[in-house]
Amino acid sequence: MSASLDLPEAPASAEQARAGAVRRTRTRAGVVSLSLVAAVVVLGLVALGTGSLRMTPLEVVDSIRDLGAGYPRYVVLHERLPRILAAAVFGAALGLAGAVFQSLTRNPLGSPDVIGFSTGSYTGALVVITTIGTSASAVAGGALVGGIGTALLVYALAWQGGVAGFRLIIVGIAVTALLASVNTYLLLRAKLEVAVAAATWGAGSLNLLTWGDVVPALVLIGLLLPVVAALSGPLRQLELGDDAARAHGVRVEPVRLALIVTAVGLTAAVTAVAGPIAFVALSAPQVAHRLCRSAGLPLTASALTGAFLLLLADFAAQHWMPQALPVGVVTVVVGGVYLLWLLAHEARRKAA
Amino acid sequence: MTEISPTGEARTSRLAAEAVTLAYDRRVVSTDLTVEIPDGSFTVIIGPNGCGKSTLLRSLVRLLKPSSGQVVLDGRAVSDYRAKEAARLVGLLPQTSQAPDGITVADLVGRGRYPHQGLIRQWSPADKEAVDRAMAATGVADLASRPVDQLSGGQRQRVWVAMALAQETPLLLLDEPTTYLDIAHQIDLLDLLAQLNRAGSTLVAVLHDLNQATRYATHLIVMKDGAIAAEGAPRDVFTPELVHDVFGLPCVVIEDPVSGTPLVVPTSLGHRE
Repeated sequence: MSASLDLPEAPASAEQARAGAVRRTRTRAGVVSLSLVAAVVVLGLVALGTGSLRMTPLEVVDSIRDLGAGYPRYVVLHERLPRILAAAVFGAALGLAGAVFQSLTRNPLGSPDVIGFSTGSYTGALVVITTIGTSASAVAGGALVGGIGTALLVYALAWQGGVAGFRLIIVGIAVTALLASVNTYLLLRAKLEVAVAAATWGAGSLNLLTWGDVVPALVLIGLLLPVVAALSGPLRQLELGDDAARAHGVRVEPVRLALIVTAVGLTAAVTAVAGPIAFVALSAPQVAHRLCRSAGLPLTASALTGAFLLLLADFAAQHWMPQALPVGVVTVVVGGVYLLWLLAHEARRKAA
Repeated sequence: MTEISPTGEARTSRLAAEAVTLAYDRRVVSTDLTVEIPDGSFTVIIGPNGCGKSTLLRSLVRLLKPSSGQVVLDGRAVSDYRAKEAARLVGLLPQTSQAPDGITVADLVGRGRYPHQGLIRQWSPADKEAVDRAMAATGVADLASRPVDQLSGGQRQRVWVAMALAQETPLLLLDEPTTYLDIAHQIDLLDLLAQLNRAGSTLVAVLHDLNQATRYATHLIVMKDGAIAAEGAPRDVFTPELVHDVFGLPCVVIEDPVSGTPLVVPTSLGHRE
């Protein structure tokens, strides 16, 4: 078919260097990923055993395998597991969504919580809370519609015969500012007890989650994961620039739209149940990138880092504070420091 | 405007634009343009800024869809191809590309194998061999494990060429490949391309430097205002009249003392008779 080039063989030493380099990178990513899995499991077991009823990780495992007494099993499976599992899976979903968006926009600021989707979800939830009521499913529906609607709005406003990353971020930040003021207005207009409920949700919290709240989100995230996996090859190509990706046979605009929809879906699934949890999507991919020393943002490691970060933040919010706080408060504080560092670092890099 | 037909010999062409109209939104660049890329040629497209040379190149590699007419690849409209299928036949060195943060040379060159891979068929020995061959051909094999962002401009451009070569397409298009290079690296790269051409690749490049174009092209396409002003072997088409007509540059054309190809020497006001 193709007149392939008749080129000389690569010298053996260079070839070994190449193979070695690739192997080192892959091995490192593998080791990091396995370590993160171990860390998530250990932290999860510790968290399951922490609270007014204290258990060692082994007792936790026993209680799940129904070797312990009935009461610890109930506490672990019905009171703590929904929350712990939600923290891990939601963290993974946010980390993954962040990696996808930051890759697409080629910018560490191009994260769903920075470009408006979380704020939009909050707007949707607020509209529902102030008009319909505070039932969990209605709020979740409002948040879902708000998040996806905001994504469509940002995409449409940023569209200019294709969507460029930087434009998406600028438009997203503008829309975020706009929606934030809408949110404030809605809160000020609401009755006091409604406003308090809304503000609690708006902080981003995993408190009091039941299986009924968590399962629909877990199912949606479970459905979206294979989609991201299938699109990861084209995503790696998009990192090279649109022209190179097209020349390699990637249908750029459909792929990009599919990736955006999937990542928005991941973010919205989390936000609908737990409220806007800031900064996990922003920071997890960058942390994973530095841990793996990978080319571009590693998807698997970003998800695992997100899981670990949210678990840790939730554990800290619950047990290390003078009084239990919504996890969103912790991620905002930690993430705010990270964002300052990121901006300073980027500014220095641009100046250099 | 001179219309010069190719010399008589029979010539085949796998890639051609047939009566294409090329436009960005409503700005029409070329109307009813027909171009054939001779097989086995090193075709160079030149012309003043804004003449539509990059636009033509983009249409040949499916980055720009003609608003009328069609680009034909192996007798079939390129729009009928599946994207990856076409990408196994025509490669591109884009004018600008981005290297992902921290990527190594070998990894980046490997990205060029994408059109040969599928969901099931991932990285294979054939991919590895293609990457090794591409790195050897471009002289970057020793840099394989180096991060791309630590390389010099000239090395980096060689890596991008290697990525395009790893795609193993019989046709390779290059959009201003020498633009950001200093002069020694420009010649270096053009020598590399000439070598690839002799090894069997059909190349199409947009170049700025007239003397480099005449020296390296086996087939020259000269464009002005979105149309072909002249095409053929550099020796046959390159005259002072053409340069004056197309570029508005008074000049004499002499023989390049090194390559024997046409050499443009501009006449400036102070030196005109």
